[in-house]
Amino acid sequence: MREELIGKRYEPFTAQVDKWRLRFFARTIGETNPACFDEVAAHKAGYRSLLAPLTLPFSLAMDFDQSLLVLKDLGADLTRTVHGEQSFTRFAEIFAGDVITGQQEITDIFEKKGGALLFAVTRTRIDNQIEEHVCDMDTTIVIRQQLS
Amino acid sequence: MEQPIFSSISVGESIPPLTIGPIDRTQLALFAGASGDHNPIHLDDDKARQGGLPGTIVHGMLNMAFLGRLLTQWVPQQQIRRFSSRFVGMAFPGDEITCLGTVASCDASAGENCVTLELVAQNQSGEVLLKGLATICLT
Repeated sequence: MREELIGKRYEPFTAQVDKWRLRFFARTIGETNPACFDEVAAHKAGYRSLLAPLTLPFSLAMDFDQSLLVLKDLGADLTRTVHGEQSFTRFAEIFAGDVITGQQEITDIFEKKGGALLFAVTRTRIDNQIEEHVCDMDTTIVIRQQLS
Repeated sequence: MEQPIFSSISVGESIPPLTIGPIDRTQLALFAGASGDHNPIHLDDDKARQGGLPGTIVHGMLNMAFLGRLLTQWVPQQQIRRFSSRFVGMAFPGDEITCLGTVASCDASAGENCVTLELVAQNQSGEVLLKGLATICLT
């Protein structure tokens, strides 16, 4: 039963927040804050290094296939999957050079529309190298199931 | 940046909007690389169609990043305590995305001056792509 996966916690992952990647991400979303690109501007703003854009932590988790691990456990096909909801509950910022640790847990699994849609909800907690709780990310994945 | 002040904010007022685009496939390819989301539904029309979609679609998280920019062009990022969105519609290459935010409530009861914003990202036809909420603390 898929519902038995509720409460499953995945192995923690550790990610280095790379300057090049942070700038690349900021550029592709069209970010204009100089603190995301220029270390002098970042220091002037009081940051220890380049500021990570708001949604970067989701990508840091993506690097470690966190959603794919859930889909694999559900036996779901990636091309029939959409991202339903995403939230960030924020306690601290992420900066280039940080080493963050994340851990994902499945918090809910349920069906809608007579089983046509399967929902998986996860929470990923992110902490940093100075033991700050950086954020919690709640993710809802929706899988369009082929009904037999 | 002139920062908004809690005492001057009222429910129902809009924050400055942000319009992006039109989005092209190059931006989707770059975002796939930058974000780590290599799902072929964002890159490959054939694979997107096999999955039952009309063609490649814009990453939901790219649209959410645009909503994030709507917020960070209004306040410094550390003032954003919570940021969420529901992905309610699909955006396609060629779409222009407009991000809007409206003050839904103001609350000073917990010792901080917080506002809740209702957020919308919509396409050039006014179809809603994302519905979001943000909790922002102001001075």
